[in-house]
Amino acid sequence: MNVALNAIAVKTLIRKEMVRVMRIWVQTIVPPAITMTLYFIIFGNLIGRRIGTMDGFDYMQYIAPGLIMMSVITNSYGNVVSSFFGAKFGRHLEEMLVSPMSNSAIIIGHIAGGVLRGLMVGSLVTVIALFFTRLQVQHLLVTISVVLLSSTVFALAGFINAIFAKKFDDISIIPTFVLTPLTYLGGVFYSISLLPEFWQTASKANPILYMVNAFRYGILGTSDISIGHAYVILIGFVALLFSACLYLMNRGIGIRE
Amino acid sequence: MVTIRRLMNALSIRNLRKTYANGNEALKGINFNVAVGDFYALLGPNGAGKTTAIGIISSLVNKTAGEVEVFGHSIDRELEAAKQCIGLVPQELNINQWEKVGNIVLTQAGYYGLGGRLARERTEKYLRALRLWDRRDDIARSLSGGMKRRLMIARALVHEPRLLILDEPTAGVDIEIRRSMWAFLRDINAAGTTIILTTHYLEEAESLCRHVAIIDEGEIIEDAPMSRVLRKLQREVFVLSLAEEPDRAPELDGFRTELVDSGELEVELGPAHTLNDLFRVLDARGIEVVSLRNKANRLEELFMRLVESKQP
Repeated sequence: MNVALNAIAVKTLIRKEMVRVMRIWVQTIVPPAITMTLYFIIFGNLIGRRIGTMDGFDYMQYIAPGLIMMSVITNSYGNVVSSFFGAKFGRHLEEMLVSPMSNSAIIIGHIAGGVLRGLMVGSLVTVIALFFTRLQVQHLLVTISVVLLSSTVFALAGFINAIFAKKFDDISIIPTFVLTPLTYLGGVFYSISLLPEFWQTASKANPILYMVNAFRYGILGTSDISIGHAYVILIGFVALLFSACLYLMNRGIGIRE
Repeated sequence: MVTIRRLMNALSIRNLRKTYANGNEALKGINFNVAVGDFYALLGPNGAGKTTAIGIISSLVNKTAGEVEVFGHSIDRELEAAKQCIGLVPQELNINQWEKVGNIVLTQAGYYGLGGRLARERTEKYLRALRLWDRRDDIARSLSGGMKRRLMIARALVHEPRLLILDEPTAGVDIEIRRSMWAFLRDINAAGTTIILTTHYLEEAESLCRHVAIIDEGEIIEDAPMSRVLRKLQREVFVLSLAEEPDRAPELDGFRTELVDSGELEVELGPAHTLNDLFRVLDARGIEVVSLRNKANRLEELFMRLVESKQP
């Protein structure tokens, strides 16, 4: 493999993705900012006052890391699934397929684009959160590594969704019926210690729980789960999903006749 | 020796087969070579297998069996090197309609490993050559159909491929732009780029190409230099406009004649006669000819004959 060629190709693809995100910023940046502002106002400010504290933090402070993580993963996923499927649907994916850039480079470029959009939106939501509550990062490395790994996992998942998608409906099914329910049940708004034992155990099968809690640990220093387990799961998912993406691309499934 | 001969080919295809998932056998083991520097026409009716063959060569379609080598690089073993040699202008528009014209070409340069100043210089060079430089900041959607075709050619050339494959590049393009594209393609072929062209305009193939292969129902039914292919056409029909319209077709010794509805005279020339022979006979009969034209494009006639001869 020509490393220099692929490095330029990945850089080109990331630049293209960023140009796309900024070109349609009203669709990519503004909606999550508005949605999260409403979450902070309704759940944090209005309802949260009546809830009181959770794990020793006021409710607004407690849900802020989860809401930031929620915006990061949904935007990482959404960016990759819409960009890759759009390229497939509009046939300009062929620009990459006929070029000598490797399948790994195509995957990495799209994933990096998704992660960067996730981080952009996550940063914006963090700034919005600071208007409502006080956040002080307790473990900087944990915070950064967990947000990067989590957005990578969901960007990879979005890539797989786009590979199999044949029509636009197919790219909204997973976010609507899988991603959103798992996010809401992933401890964004509550500590799983509030749940009956059975549901606590069931919740531990939800990978988003580990992402939200590990990120909350990085910012607030509190978590429902072991941080070590969270890293094992995150790294395992990244390896598994990247391998799956590479296998599908090499076989040409969903992209070559 | 075989290896050396293959290296001399820009493209070498051996026993290439493609059967789609629905059972359609699009290619039934085709073989052909394209020499370095050639201008090669790949012709065939709709659904003959041209686009499938091009899709396999350019890695957009998985082959079922066979071998493809591009400048000696196998697409199975040296795909990256093979891809580096190819520039593709596909039949269907495949540009991002919302992207700026300049960015489309610049991005393609990046996919081929060209970065920074070199990528920008190449982008400018080919957008200027295809007369699109003034539109570089416009989104592709705002271009006319002909401009979009030219943009796809600029994009395919930005990495300066040794083999340019054009699949119906002038479809839907007006005659003036088509002629200017022909001139451009002749220039880059003269500069050393091997070109494979598929087209429905057989006049285009006859005018541009030095070698022709005809594919039908997944099989190559003709593969020879253009001049040799055209020589196979042993008769030509000329349409004569006469100074005085005759009541019936005159009998001309050695020539088949027919009076057509427009009052013009059709004369068929066999291999034994030349136009001089025809004019001598006409002169002897006192028939004055005002104008003359060839009834059909020669290649088109041969093409139809070859394809029709395959029909059951």
